[in-house]
Amino acid sequence: MEVLWNAIVEAGRMLFSGDFTVYEIVFLSLRVSGLSLLIAMVIGIPLGYLIGSRRFLGRQLVMVIVNTGMGLPPVVVGLLVYMFLSRSGPIAELWLSISGATSAPRWLFTVPAMIVAQVIISTPLVTGVTAAAIGSVPRELRLQARSLGASAWHEAALTIKEARRGVMAAIVAGFGGIISEVGAVMIVGGNIEHSTRVMTTAIVLEARKGNFGLALALGFILIGISFAINNGLTALQQSGGRYER
Amino acid sequence: MSASAHGRCGGTPVIVGEDLAVRYRRRTVLEVDRFDLCDGETHVVLGPSGSGKSTLLRALGLLERPTRGRVLIDGAETSVGDRAARMMMAAVFQNPYLFKGTVGENVAYGLKLRGVPKADRTERVAAALERVGLSGTERASALQLSGGEAQRVALARALVLEPRILLLDEPLSYLDPLIKRRLVADFSEILSAEGVTSLYVTHDQDEAMVVADRVTILHEGRMVRTGPADEVMTLPTDEWVADFIGMDAALRGRITATDEGIAEIVIGGELVYGCTPLPVGVDVLVGIRPEDVMLFETGGGIPHSSARNRLVMRVEAVERRGSTDRVSLSSNGLKIAASVSRAASKELGLGRGTEVAALFKATAVRVAPAPSVPGGV
Repeated sequence: MEVLWNAIVEAGRMLFSGDFTVYEIVFLSLRVSGLSLLIAMVIGIPLGYLIGSRRFLGRQLVMVIVNTGMGLPPVVVGLLVYMFLSRSGPIAELWLSISGATSAPRWLFTVPAMIVAQVIISTPLVTGVTAAAIGSVPRELRLQARSLGASAWHEAALTIKEARRGVMAAIVAGFGGIISEVGAVMIVGGNIEHSTRVMTTAIVLEARKGNFGLALALGFILIGISFAINNGLTALQQSGGRYER
Repeated sequence: MSASAHGRCGGTPVIVGEDLAVRYRRRTVLEVDRFDLCDGETHVVLGPSGSGKSTLLRALGLLERPTRGRVLIDGAETSVGDRAARMMMAAVFQNPYLFKGTVGENVAYGLKLRGVPKADRTERVAAALERVGLSGTERASALQLSGGEAQRVALARALVLEPRILLLDEPLSYLDPLIKRRLVADFSEILSAEGVTSLYVTHDQDEAMVVADRVTILHEGRMVRTGPADEVMTLPTDEWVADFIGMDAALRGRITATDEGIAEIVIGGELVYGCTPLPVGVDVLVGIRPEDVMLFETGGGIPHSSARNRLVMRVEAVERRGSTDRVSLSSNGLKIAASVSRAASKELGLGRGTEVAALFKATAVRVAPAPSVPGGV
């Protein structure tokens, strides 16, 4: 028990002592996962709307892909992105043939590479949960909107508003899937100090070094931030509840 | 089945559906040669569930693309993508489908889409809510209303747009009978007061009788009858329509003499007097509603009455119908039905084979020209 207590105290000390390294790690985590989530939302919410509201050729296949994507192990995603972005990977080859340069720039172990991996992890989560939420809004509601003069865009906006709680759940799921993920950022990012070290990789590192107290303290900070963000999202999700069904 | 001149309206058609067909997978759910909705009329599309009436409304309302055929508005061909045409219409469905939010937000939805400024919106929403009897409910949650209130809000949400065409798809069928009866009356009053052209889909003939100017009956995706409401609802042209609207099929006869608007019509071996301006020699359909026929004992004194038709008829069957008995009568090939109270039925000792005197007025005899094709429209 003493270990836990010490870790909590240590977490508090790190947060309030003005230790720059800790802030750096926390902010990088938020930046990588925040940006990834934003991109995942831009792709996943419209795609989820289409899957949930339209019948089109290949819909079944898209759904299977999305559902599979929701369960992808981050470490496998990391591995695949690693291979694609490495200096001998297909993207580098393509880049070389287009630019005519003799060597490709380094993409691996950068923040953008980590974002690519996290977008791949969170987009299916956002898409799948959004599709389910949109699918539960009756088709006739869109017909009703259309009959009052709504365009396809208005219909989409109305449906997403009606399915707001479900769409918020999709965002929460998408964020949860990447802020806590370690496999992909470790492989693609490389846990480089001051550059690609995020909370989860820092925890792994400290634990390996035997600094369990420090690792646990970082863990508590991660949980605390997760809690704060989800608290905000949930409050947003539940607001306006008196007009709900 | 072709639409005859009979089925077209007197006025200007606003929406015309031509050669419409809708297929889901390989099942044809609608096949209509021509359907007119005319300026200012309330046109009821009547049919049992699965007859394709809602599909017809969605095709004409530009809410769903038909598999085949054309929709014309004011004579110009149009389609689902024509938002300007859709903006002239507004719909109320069986389920009110209110959106999350307040009553006011719901009613203002279409106005917002049309870019009506906020001050105007507030005013028009208030007026629309007043019209449906829900003044001052703007700030209430739309999803906590009773069924009847919700449907009124749905109507206000459509009326507030002052649409040229109102599409009503079974707007009252979810409601319980008491509220339904009140709302039918309200709807009918609002529709006629607004002078709005409306397409009203329902399976309920009582509702149809209250609101309709014209009625079209659909059966298995096809139009089996269309015409003025009182004609369609009182003169069923074939067995199916008759059965559906709860009457015997119309009788077929010929006018043999006329005198000051009263015609002598031969039906089977009997002579019936009916009011009609049609001339001698015309083949006609004749309908007599059971509630217009009075029955008396043959031997006893038949009370003095202005009823022109007095026939001695044989009872073929007595059937219980709610609080009344429906009595099937026949005489020389003329078959009619009478609806009498349970008490009167007992007093007359009605049963199969009883002879009774049947009285009905010439004005109670509905007469219309017979379609040239038997059973056709």
